Amino acid sequence: MGSRASSLLREEDIEEIKKETGFSHSQITRLYSRFHSLDKGENGALSREDFQRIPELAINPLGDRIINAFFPEGEDQANFRGFMRTLAHFRPVEDNEKNKDLTSGEPLNSRTNKLLFAFRLYDLDRDDKISRDELLQVLRMMVGVNISDEQLGSIADRTIQEADTNGDMCISFSEFIKVLEKVDVEQKMSIRFLH
Amino acid sequence: MEGAWEIAFVLFQVWLSIVVGLIVLPAMFGVSLGFTDIYIKVLVKTLEWATLRIQRGQKEQPTLPSQSANGIIEKDDGSMEEEIGELRRSHPKNLAGGDFTMCDAFYFCKKGIENIVEDQVTQRFTSEELASWNLLTRTNNNFRYISVRLTIIWGLGVFIRYCILLPLRITLAVIGLSWLVIGTTLVGLLPSSNAKNWLSDLVHITCYRICARGLSATIRYHNKENRPKKGGICVANHTSPIDIVILANDGCYAMVGQVHGGLMGVIQRSMVRSCPHVWFERSEMKDRHAVAKRLKDHIADKTKLPILIFPEGTCINNTSVMMFKKGSFEIGGTIYPVAIKYDPQFGDAFWNSAKNNMVSYLLRMMTSWAIVCNMWYLPPMTRQDGEDAVQFANRVKSAIAHQGGLVDLSWDGGLKREKVKESFKEEQQKMYSSMIVGLDCHEASEGPV
Repeated sequence: MGSRASSLLREEDIEEIKKETGFSHSQITRLYSRFHSLDKGENGALSREDFQRIPELAINPLGDRIINAFFPEGEDQANFRGFMRTLAHFRPVEDNEKNKDLTSGEPLNSRTNKLLFAFRLYDLDRDDKISRDELLQVLRMMVGVNISDEQLGSIADRTIQEADTNGDMCISFSEFIKVLEKVDVEQKMSIRFLH
Repeated sequence: MEGAWEIAFVLFQVWLSIVVGLIVLPAMFGVSLGFTDIYIKVLVKTLEWATLRIQRGQKEQPTLPSQSANGIIEKDDGSMEEEIGELRRSHPKNLAGGDFTMCDAFYFCKKGIENIVEDQVTQRFTSEELASWNLLTRTNNNFRYISVRLTIIWGLGVFIRYCILLPLRITLAVIGLSWLVIGTTLVGLLPSSNAKNWLSDLVHITCYRICARGLSATIRYHNKENRPKKGGICVANHTSPIDIVILANDGCYAMVGQVHGGLMGVIQRSMVRSCPHVWFERSEMKDRHAVAKRLKDHIADKTKLPILIFPEGTCINNTSVMMFKKGSFEIGGTIYPVAIKYDPQFGDAFWNSAKNNMVSYLLRMMTSWAIVCNMWYLPPMTRQDGEDAVQFANRVKSAIAHQGGLVDLSWDGGLKREKVKESFKEEQQKMYSSMIVGLDCHEASEGPV
């Protein structure tokens, strides 16, 4: 933990992040300490290598996809605002009035936005559709060498068949939401942040 | 001009005789004059006062974040099967045990994000976060200016540490090390005999005692009846090079390590003249059999001192014990485990070798308040039938972790510098695959396991 980490974060920045993400003051400073300790190059932004240095993340089958979620399209550096914005998706859903003040519409940690995060894990080329090919690639990441191409292919076909309602052999975001409507997304895609 | 030099010389002589008389001589005879105890008591009182002031300051200004040494998040401890099973239960389809659903990704996603926020491994390679400030700038994470009085005390602390304690400690370190080099060289001239061994032990122990005083070290030993005996292997968790000083204050060990150049090399060469230590050339270290053979020969000779080994292979920050390398546990012989736990309130003993080199590390040590630690000698252990070296190593590691109140991890300390092995990811993938296709996932592939 850097000894001067918190002094690099200004009060105005903290207030803005608070409004945008809903994290509390102390949570933001603690996460900034974490951001700073991951930033080995000390240049105020994280690279993909910085994330890969976390052993438990490096062995996660979907590790690369999760890391990718922190980087906006075409960029290689994740700054603290972006870091917090991505983490904000995993705040537990509260039903107090605070969320309604956000001017950007729905809060980042709403059920829909959580599902969108998961959808983007599968949607490799960010074209808002999960094609058979993309599904196969992600499946291959999760199972490694343990399942044959044929078997994996039939799993992918079956999954698309169940979800696809408009017959385009792809899964759109609304089809994705429909398939998972009974899943407890609020609990399964939330992390309990302390204080 | 002349007068000034003479006065300076006289002062230096007085200083030296005070140091020798009040510190070095009692240290050599293992006698304590009680200065360190009084010092520690005063320190504890001051730090308690400082903590209260900070807490009061925080209450008055609620925008200041409250420090908590707890984690950032609360994690679930479910296994992959449990968590994915729960996810699938809420899925409307009636799945016949195993099969893929799109919500499976939620499990990996949540685990991944949890690890980004807080993971078990990377935090072990930096200093432990303190619950309350101990008036050292280096541990000041979020504590801002609280009151004039606190700042004055802090300033006083800086003066005491840098202008009074530091010169004193450097003098002691120099005396201690010179004594070691000269003493062992002299003892080395004697022919082999019991007298030589006794003298060698005396020289070593007095040197380490002087060095311990040089760090204001207060060490509490527990269960001294389990002290390592000759022909055995002493195994301990590793936090810093000071561990050696701490251990050697209460017994004589044969050190194991790589041959260094420079000052370390001089010390190593003179030490080995008076009693056999095991120093390896860099090239020898690569050959595991040669290493094992030399260690085996050493412990087979029951007149030689017990070997001291740190199986983690690198310095960890004293909040956990990481994987023990199995090499030392394959040699045979009796293992004497030792648990060392430092009290971080008085000074952070952890050597972050990526951040500080040896000299700046020693400087930090000598300008800390003190080194306070507890050492437990655990009952000796031997490898049991049907237990391989890895299981034995894990058993010893658990015993040490349990005694020292440290977290028992299986992660390799080498992850400080290296990447994690691909095989761990493959294990995760295998586990998940068996959930999709049921128990007979092997029928699907002949790929490498």
